[in-house]
Amino acid sequence: MAELHLKGVQKIYQNGFHAIHGIDLDVADGEFIVLVGPSGCGKSTLLRMVAGLETISDGLVEIGGRPVNRLEPADRDIAMVFQNYALYPHMKVYDNMAYGLRNRGTPKDEIDRRVREAAGILELEPLLDRRPNQLSGGQRQRVAMGRAIVREPSVFLFDEPLSNLDAKLRVQMRVEIKRLQRRLAITSLYVTHDQVEAMTMADRLVVMNGGRAEQIGTPIELYDRPATTFVATFIGSPSMNLLEGTVAEGGTSVALVSGSSIGLPDPRPELAGRSVTLGVRPEHLTPTTDGSGMTLRLDLIEQLGADTLLHGHLDGDERRLVTVRLTGHFAPGQDAVQVAATNAVHLFDPQAGSRL
Amino acid sequence: MIKRVTFRNLWLPYLLLLPQLAVTLIFFIWPALQALYQSLLVEDAFGLSTEFVWFENFEELFSDPLYLEAFTNTVVFSFSVAFASMAIALLLAVMADRTIKGATAYKTLLIWPYAVAPAVAGVLWFFMFNPVVGILAYVLRGVGYDWNHYLDGGDAMTLVVIAASWKQISYNFLFFLAGLQAIPRSLIEAAAIDGAGPFKRFWTIIFPLLSPTTFFLLVVNVVYAFFDTFGIIHATTEGGPAGATQILVYKVYSDGFVGLDLGSSAAQSVVLMAIVIALTVVQFRYIERRVEY
Repeated sequence: MAELHLKGVQKIYQNGFHAIHGIDLDVADGEFIVLVGPSGCGKSTLLRMVAGLETISDGLVEIGGRPVNRLEPADRDIAMVFQNYALYPHMKVYDNMAYGLRNRGTPKDEIDRRVREAAGILELEPLLDRRPNQLSGGQRQRVAMGRAIVREPSVFLFDEPLSNLDAKLRVQMRVEIKRLQRRLAITSLYVTHDQVEAMTMADRLVVMNGGRAEQIGTPIELYDRPATTFVATFIGSPSMNLLEGTVAEGGTSVALVSGSSIGLPDPRPELAGRSVTLGVRPEHLTPTTDGSGMTLRLDLIEQLGADTLLHGHLDGDERRLVTVRLTGHFAPGQDAVQVAATNAVHLFDPQAGSRL
Repeated sequence: MIKRVTFRNLWLPYLLLLPQLAVTLIFFIWPALQALYQSLLVEDAFGLSTEFVWFENFEELFSDPLYLEAFTNTVVFSFSVAFASMAIALLLAVMADRTIKGATAYKTLLIWPYAVAPAVAGVLWFFMFNPVVGILAYVLRGVGYDWNHYLDGGDAMTLVVIAASWKQISYNFLFFLAGLQAIPRSLIEAAAIDGAGPFKRFWTIIFPLLSPTTFFLLVVNVVYAFFDTFGIIHATTEGGPAGATQILVYKVYSDGFVGLDLGSSAAQSVVLMAIVIALTVVQFRYIERRVEY
């Protein structure tokens, strides 16, 4: 049980590549933090720096109030679950789980108790005598989890642990990991590139881009008030529509390049006359029946059963593809539909991409 | 999947196989049969009279203390060579695996000795250990050891083991390095997080995962020491002193070509053939069973 603090953590590789540009993060005891971002954003590097598998170029990492910058991975009181599970192929499941405890000189009966307890939690008892190559992907994943929990560490580190599983199993394991983490209440740092996984599992998310933390917050904060256009388009599926426009006189609406205008729920008189990027999520564009709103000329319709995704161009603006998400079915045969934005619209600076 | 090709013409596949079959028959099967036949004969040195004696050559061979001594020598020699060359190669491979700067140059340098011909390798070590002019013999005398492989059987055996191992280190090094690089990094990292220090990691994770490579190399090295070290022995000790470095392959040569006892020499070849067949079976049967990871 411990808090985790990162203060101005940086990573500069020997070849001069600046992978992490100063990350500050305070993780409360038992909190589940997800690091999410596109590949190459530095999220795995950051996790590996916490683990001690990468050196820390600058800044401070504290686990349980203890600076660990110079400590070996073994001395940081962490456990890590790897993307490829990293199970020892020549050891049985039992020995895989016991290995870390044996290295630390834990008494034999204590090892046995803990391994069996973890095996019980993860339903691995019938598999203890098997070798990793006799297990399915989901079972291997569970053994990797088991190896982490027998150690009873201060911090769990997960490096994309579900990305090698098929879609169905991934959803199932996602729930299991989250439930297990709740139950054990161990501070966790979880890396993923999958925003759905990130949203569903995290207490708080760190959205990373180019070695920087774009925004840190709860899933709902990030969804409701994205700090940048990057976060706005990264979080939520399908991603937010971004439209260019100018704030009208009085700040009550935005005149889009396409000619139509979208009203602002909260008037922003201070922005009047300024050009902005207006963001509206596909689920916040709804069809109108009275002929008002903007015309969406349909390009492609995706029927998902519960929802329907309409892709098209607004008012003849050929440059931007706009997506609308409808609940329920959509009658085919139409080539255009009238849509209007509901109240949830976001304004961003067109150059910096930051929220206005 | 192997693609199956079907030939319309019945004779074409055989025609295509013919060159290879001819080479095998003429250069392998026929001499082997000749050796088998010869091993059942007793001939005088000039080939003027020949007598068919069934297995008398073999009976004599296995009751000959010199032959049994050569057998022991071979076993000692082979396993010493296999152990020394593999242990050193593994050490070098582990260190090369960790190098970051100049890794390529380092690896290239380690691979060079493999290109040296056995006889040349033998001569090289022969000079260095020469009791009169050799630099290593001089150093050994300096530390109080009177090295003389002309007179001391143990020294002679040590010399041929060193010369034979030195040549084989490069080969083993390559395989060990490839084996080490095939071990996923995350396993080593997981072990590091699991609290295993470098030594423990090596013995509990890396070494067991290298076992397929190790086993393969053990067989290859034993085969090498059994059969490919003739040049080294011939260039250094010539089997001496007093047969101390007389290994089976060398005895085939010295009995057959120097002693002109062709029957016994052929019988020894047949014994070697049996050994090589046994080793090949071991290699094919067990090496394919690799640890999966």
